[in-house]
Amino acid sequence: MKIKAQFGMVMNLDKCIGCHTCSVTCSNTWTNRPGTEYMYWNNVETKPGVGYPREWENNDERKGGWHVKDGKLQLRAGGRVSKLLNIFYNQNLVQIDEYYEPWTYDYENLINSPEKDHQPVARPISQLTGEYMDITWGPNWEDDLAGVHETGKRDPNMRNLDEQIKFEFEETFMMYLPRICEHCQNPSCVSSCPSGAMYKREEDGIVLVDQDTCRSWRFCMTGCPYKKVYFNWKTHKAEKCTFCFPRIENGQPTICSETCVGRIRYIGIVLYDADKVLEAASVEDEKDLYEAQLETFLDPFDPEIQKEARKQGIPDDWIEAAQHSPVYKLAVEQKIALPLHPEYRTMPMVWYIPPLSPFMNALGGQVDSLSPDVIFPTINQFRIPIDYLANMFAAGDSDVIRNVLEKLVAMRSYMRSVQLDKPFDKSILERAGMTEEIAEEMYKLSAIAKYDDRYVIPKSHREDAGDMYAQQGSGGFDFMEACRSCMGGNQGDADPMEFYESGFWRELDEDSSKSV
Amino acid sequence: MSNLDIFFWLVFPYISLTIFVLGHIYRYNTDQFGWTAKSSQFLEQKRLRIGSTLFHYGIIFVFFGHVAGILVPKALFDFFGITDDMYHFGAIWFGGAAGVAVVVGGFLLFLRRVSIKRIAKNSSVSDYVALVTLGVVVLIGFTNTVGYTATGGEFDYRVVIGPWMRGILTFQPAPELMANAPIGFQLHVFTAFVLFAIWPFTRLVHVFSLPLKYLNRRYVVYRNQHTHDLSKLKKRKEFH
Repeated sequence: MKIKAQFGMVMNLDKCIGCHTCSVTCSNTWTNRPGTEYMYWNNVETKPGVGYPREWENNDERKGGWHVKDGKLQLRAGGRVSKLLNIFYNQNLVQIDEYYEPWTYDYENLINSPEKDHQPVARPISQLTGEYMDITWGPNWEDDLAGVHETGKRDPNMRNLDEQIKFEFEETFMMYLPRICEHCQNPSCVSSCPSGAMYKREEDGIVLVDQDTCRSWRFCMTGCPYKKVYFNWKTHKAEKCTFCFPRIENGQPTICSETCVGRIRYIGIVLYDADKVLEAASVEDEKDLYEAQLETFLDPFDPEIQKEARKQGIPDDWIEAAQHSPVYKLAVEQKIALPLHPEYRTMPMVWYIPPLSPFMNALGGQVDSLSPDVIFPTINQFRIPIDYLANMFAAGDSDVIRNVLEKLVAMRSYMRSVQLDKPFDKSILERAGMTEEIAEEMYKLSAIAKYDDRYVIPKSHREDAGDMYAQQGSGGFDFMEACRSCMGGNQGDADPMEFYESGFWRELDEDSSKSV
Repeated sequence: MSNLDIFFWLVFPYISLTIFVLGHIYRYNTDQFGWTAKSSQFLEQKRLRIGSTLFHYGIIFVFFGHVAGILVPKALFDFFGITDDMYHFGAIWFGGAAGVAVVVGGFLLFLRRVSIKRIAKNSSVSDYVALVTLGVVVLIGFTNTVGYTATGGEFDYRVVIGPWMRGILTFQPAPELMANAPIGFQLHVFTAFVLFAIWPFTRLVHVFSLPLKYLNRRYVVYRNQHTHDLSKLKKRKEFH
């Protein structure tokens, strides 16, 4: 048994309001550099829809993740030999246009335009070419179902659903899906990197790119089925979500979680048996993958496990954090969080509590003193089709989704009866496989959602770390420091003080002799 | 043998090779971040497909062709009973085919770089310098093969340029050999050494990063912050 600790995140989709605050704060923190304008390490998609990049879930075409072939787990885009043979041209690379061509606006024109009959406008300018462009696709193009009556048909999660009906206006449904890197237990991006530049941190499972080792072979981008490894087209290096490791190491939540106004995110660690991962990812039937992944997680309350974990060098405070981990509670104990697309076989570590749809509405507002015979069949009539959620979170197994929704509904009816002091048919809880204590705890974690309950983040033991200076540049992102003197690059480097000295404060500065 | 010959066929090659070797060591130790293939496939791939594939496979074959023709002594071929006719048949037809692939592929890549705005705007001076120098070397070399050797030229580079090159590499230079070579071959050799001199400062360094290690590596790479052997990394940082 090889015990590893792994950070995970759970997002409660019932509470996501699609405000994109997570995307904005993430982008402001990490991706406002040249070459990264188009990247959203965190993005929020409206589902159904083709998403960002377009049709990222269509891995029959995109070839991300793993599949089982001849009884063996193999990279879908091809193994080692095929990668090296295709190194000069990656057959399955997703182009920047599928994300979107980054642009800015010709703001100068607003100021410099001479007097005219019409208002001056700021036309969009491509950041790739510096020329005027027509915007035909962009981030969140499908926000709140915009255009989805067209694009939504290409959403792979719609397979096996009666599409015709679901895109009728009266039948439409939608939900938000915030996405970051999954920091998988069995990462196919790491496995696809020929240079060995991508790695998983042994201590906490965070997946990073060593920018000094990346050689621009771009197979990681194809390898990731979630399309969460990006290509910086200016530095020619891969970049991705770092799980905000500088914050995490200090016990703080990621910036997307910290700023989430809906408080939908939970961060914690799980202990898992690394020796079981390959076997779990290789199970024949896709529908068994969810359970197989759960099997890899270890019980942090088991004294035997604790003893072994200590022996293998996992610190005590980390074992304690694993016991209080909201991720462990939601995924393993309460079993209401589910992995996104387990069928990609990467064993993702960002899990989701599926949304209930407008709950009161589905029950006609009559939610008091309901019997299980009324509540549970109603779940099948929810606005968001169970099969759709099943295609997203359970490899098509609708029973898994039904179980989770039953629990969520049971918890709500129970808590409603408690709060309003109404009679309650306890068989509802029993049928959902719950006890009053579990319902109580679920309620606390999902509805009250205290900061300290949502984020149980053990600090990293930096006192044991090696030479941090030597590790510089291997932590996932870097700035453009390419051999400037020898490359004769055509991009001058802006001196941050230049603006200041060239007379930005001229009006305040009495001595203007120094300014331009 | 004039002083000019000494410069071209003795001094310059050594200057060039010195820059080549030291330049790579310097760049590797100071600029890991800039050491990449600089792929632009993410911005444009339709036109890259044929150009890049033809060019790269062609040039790999051409490289091994040069090894066989220049670095391997003719005597070895004779020893294995490979006659001149057999050798030249292979060199002209297979080498020629690889040459066509390189020339066509390289030309497509050049066209792509200058005509597609996204690529042109994001190309650095070094990209153009590398591409054009490489293009000149390739075109002259290809002309020699097609226009001279294949049309029955008397000159056998295996008994002139081969020994000269091996002399350079073994520090027993014989510049007089090159002095009498046909001008086409002289130009090819000279421009090649210009290319070697600029090589370490361009994207061409990615040639040395062909990730063969991947073939027998385990798929998932872990790194440990605590016990990870950082001596190599550390050395690199101390180089400054």
